[in-house]
Amino acid sequence: MSFEPKIAGFLCNWCAYTAADLAGISRLKYPDNIRIIRVMCTGRIEPSFVLKAFASGADGVLVAGCHPGGCHYQEGNYKAYKRTLLLKRLLPQFGIAAERFRMEFIASSEGEKFAAVVGEMVAKLKTLEPLQTASDRLAELDGMFGEAEGGTGGGR
Amino acid sequence: MADKLKFAFYWNASCGGCEIAVLDIHEKILDVAALADILLWPVAVDFKKHHIRDLPDKHIDVSFINGGTRTSEQREMAELLRRKSKVVVAFGACASLGGIPSLANFHNREEIFQRAYIETPSTDNPKGIFPQVKTALPEGDLELPLFFNHVYRLDQVIAVDYYLPGCPPTPDMIAAAVTAIAGNSLPPAGAVFGGPSTVCDSCKRVKQEKKVKGFHRIHEIIPDPERCLLEQGIICAGSATRDGCGTLCLNANMPCRGCFGPPDGVADQGAKLLSVLSTVVDSNDFGEIEKLIDQIADPAGYLYRFAAASSLLKHKLTGDGKSTVQAAERSQLEVAK
Repeated sequence: MSFEPKIAGFLCNWCAYTAADLAGISRLKYPDNIRIIRVMCTGRIEPSFVLKAFASGADGVLVAGCHPGGCHYQEGNYKAYKRTLLLKRLLPQFGIAAERFRMEFIASSEGEKFAAVVGEMVAKLKTLEPLQTASDRLAELDGMFGEAEGGTGGGR
Repeated sequence: MADKLKFAFYWNASCGGCEIAVLDIHEKILDVAALADILLWPVAVDFKKHHIRDLPDKHIDVSFINGGTRTSEQREMAELLRRKSKVVVAFGACASLGGIPSLANFHNREEIFQRAYIETPSTDNPKGIFPQVKTALPEGDLELPLFFNHVYRLDQVIAVDYYLPGCPPTPDMIAAAVTAIAGNSLPPAGAVFGGPSTVCDSCKRVKQEKKVKGFHRIHEIIPDPERCLLEQGIICAGSATRDGCGTLCLNANMPCRGCFGPPDGVADQGAKLLSVLSTVVDSNDFGEIEKLIDQIADPAGYLYRFAAASSLLKHKLTGDGKSTVQAAERSQLEVAK
């Protein structure tokens, strides 16, 4: 079965986003499954952003920033890398395969690498099944609570 | 005594610690008794469900409900009390956030039944019998409440007016809440009794730079009682947890476990704690970073100890991408409806 996976891509302003830009300018072909979110630094990406992306229906999440030593803010990318490692250990406990989440170091000159990474990710995700959103998951569990986020779930 | 307030206390999926917490207000319990009639409190008072059912709607002034919601019976009691009460307070971590019972949301019903009724060493169940919602016998049908797939926090089941977090809520908070109710000086609906900030904010320990060269579990080292525990490599949830508890655990040289849930403005307590724990790792060497991160065993258990039902991801998927509910379970649901 084939489906078009959705990828949330958090790209740092200085390296990976510029690389994505370069890929476009260079007219490189890569799948359009990625929704790019520009952040100033990968160090700004809170783990809840990644979890929220998965909870909201992303099939994969890509975090991409500067190479080690190349961070515009000295060590934001190291912080992101550390979070990535712990997230990769947490996600399988939620039943989400670790390979759905990927971190890459992509310099501003590496448009080709960006295109290749997105291509690889899409190919990988196509071998998995679509991920349910958290609210669908909850609604399906006991067939009675439709709302994902608390509030007055009952109200009956 | 017609002008006395009317209280109800009820327990759902909980350990009973919240009931003890009510008694822990010591002699103030006499003030509560002078202030209010208790119409339901299974642990201490002999009123039954039918007594509540027979009351007019909104007859009870305040219902304090503790525990998560795991079964159809618990949902039914929560709905009944909601109907009969003017104000409902989610009492304790389980009702407010899901609590420890909601750690079971990292498994589904099938896995839990398998573990509880087959695998545990003390279980002798050669026929592999599982609880059934309905069992037909010659004498008639026997019924059990439906065991849900998921542990819900109270406000996912009924509307909740106030939250008293904590495992259990502290005597001071309980007294403050009761005083506010009695004095008719309640905060705006939806308010959480507790501080707005983090446990670190009220923690008196000396805090310097958070750089950790190794994580330890509490039984592995003897921590310095004056210094920040996280700086000593002990996993402390203080930075991702609401204050208001009076840092009771920290005062006893134990790390914060996170029972007050996330502070204001934080959506997912576990994600926040994950961010803290991983970035205190003091290394820029990829191999060393990996080794240090690997020292954090069972991240989900640490990060979501009290708030799994309040996590963004909500529930574990069985088999990546596959639906959680099996066909057989669906039919069980049908029976229950």
